[in-house]
Amino acid sequence: MSLRIMLVDQDSARSAILEQALHDAGHQVVARIKHGHNLLRELKECQPDMVIMDLEAPGRDTLEQMREISRDQPRPIILFSNKRDGDYIRQAVQAGVSAYVVDGLSQERIMPIVEVAMARFREFEALKRELHETKTQLADRKVVDKAKGILMQRKGMSEDEAYQLLRKTAMSRNMRIADVARTLLTLEGLTD
Amino acid sequence: MTSVPQWLRPGVHAAGGEGLEKTQIDLGFIPLTDCAPLVIAYEKGFFRKHGLEARLSREVSWANIRDKVFAGLLDGGHMLAPMPIATTLGLGELKKPTIAALSLDLNGNAITVSLDLYRRMAELDPAAAAERSMSVRALKKVIDTGKHAGREPLCFATVFPFSPHNYMLRYWLAAGGIDPDRDVRLVVIPPPHMVKYLSSGEIDGYCVGEPWNAQAVATGVGRTLITDYEIWNNKPEKVLGVNREWAEQHPNTHRAMLMALLEAAQWIDQPENRIEVADILAREEYVNAPADVVKMSMVGSFRYQVDAAPAPLPDFNVFFRYAATFPWRSHAVWFITQMYRWGQLRDPVDMRKLAEEVYRPDLYREAAQALGLPFPTADYKTEGQHGEPWTLREATEPMILGTDRFLDGGTFDALRPVDYLERFELHNRQVSLDELAKVNP
Repeated sequence: MSLRIMLVDQDSARSAILEQALHDAGHQVVARIKHGHNLLRELKECQPDMVIMDLEAPGRDTLEQMREISRDQPRPIILFSNKRDGDYIRQAVQAGVSAYVVDGLSQERIMPIVEVAMARFREFEALKRELHETKTQLADRKVVDKAKGILMQRKGMSEDEAYQLLRKTAMSRNMRIADVARTLLTLEGLTD
Repeated sequence: MTSVPQWLRPGVHAAGGEGLEKTQIDLGFIPLTDCAPLVIAYEKGFFRKHGLEARLSREVSWANIRDKVFAGLLDGGHMLAPMPIATTLGLGELKKPTIAALSLDLNGNAITVSLDLYRRMAELDPAAAAERSMSVRALKKVIDTGKHAGREPLCFATVFPFSPHNYMLRYWLAAGGIDPDRDVRLVVIPPPHMVKYLSSGEIDGYCVGEPWNAQAVATGVGRTLITDYEIWNNKPEKVLGVNREWAEQHPNTHRAMLMALLEAAQWIDQPENRIEVADILAREEYVNAPADVVKMSMVGSFRYQVDAAPAPLPDFNVFFRYAATFPWRSHAVWFITQMYRWGQLRDPVDMRKLAEEVYRPDLYREAAQALGLPFPTADYKTEGQHGEPWTLREATEPMILGTDRFLDGGTFDALRPVDYLERFELHNRQVSLDELAKVNP
């Protein structure tokens, strides 16, 4: 698969070599940034699939916040350092969010690193999604139960009747049952 | 006879490192004027006095400081006050119990907008635009007009998702009826790049620490609307952050660090030393900015616009007085409430318990006591109730504390954080108050 990659590196010679290596491997370097002064604009314009960044280049906090707000479209980041901080890197490669690489990125190392980072990233995102879905389902069930309780109590419905009413309303308005239940609770002033 | 704790015995510190688990320490900082306690402890020999050989490492991002402290590459760092909480919770990219036993300063940030945006504000509401506490009203008019005309939302920058800057900017916007998640776009930019982004028009405003507001004003790029001091008087700002595990393994080294930094903070707050502090900070290896720009806020004045005289703001940078170094657990709880308010924290937790894990006044007191300094005996204080400096009696001796008003007149009681959250009409909360109340009895 061909990836659109953004390079952030203060060392132009090094980033030129990296760009060539990535290009040879079939990827496209959509932007090469030196100081990070234009990181925001470039990110917006280029929409890269992956960012490869020198750890000592400013702009990491910018990327981190973008990941926080764009939970739907996170991008993997590879951070590399020319300092031989093996322990640091080993420890900091956590949860598969960012891949750290020590001692620069040489031409022969770049491809496996990009592939591994992409794979780990996908794995991690899948896990996160799964967790989120489980949590949502749990929350939804609670809300629906609460709404059923209200209908049973206030309208004297049976549990099944209450559920059928929620379901019918949801279908006729093209909404999720949990959202109908939430609306009902809001109308009753029963959410926080 | 009562036994004297090991660390109180004479000679332990003065003898140059005896009893210290390690004497060489690496500390990270970001180029901002409030790295001063670290820089002064180093430059003025306070670390050496307590047996420590410190090395200061200038870092380019808060994430780098967090990661390097996480991995033990740094022993500790200049951290945004909410960072140890976020790292303990794993809200950023890493999760590891992190503690703060010392606050490095109060206040020190401001909100600055481009001259172009200021002009639009002044056109629509000249009275509000000219008045610091009302300026947000003029901003809202610009935003409403822009929405109506279908313009792109204004873009504001802060320095990190888990920062006092983010919470202060949001607090201020929301107090003016502006929804920070819908009515504007928020981004993160490293402090030294702020002025450049503002002048290129890529952002319309920002909330940042000094000297990056003074710089925008001095170069005619921006106008400061309000300081954080005017949003919340004597608001907590930075802390010394270390791994909990590291602190447990190096209790004496940690205490020596706290003692050195306490003495440095005390030295910085002597008015006669402030100019020297500013000169040292301005140097290339630290903040790397013009000395007169650094001096502006450090000597207790603030310049909001280029064509006006600096206004006195003596409490803009508070390093020691008002118990500024004390890690109030109530401050930690306040930050946690904001993490809920803005949807960063999505699981219900016991806020006080979390504050007690992360903010460590117990360790602070050991260091202050060893230096013979007074300290608060309470861990919590209310906020928003003092419009004048006041006397704290829950202390080893009465201590003068600063004002603590919020711009909207709000009050905060850390013992009732869920009630506090209930009061905010504008929020992006992802956890219901019922769920929060269950774990916050």
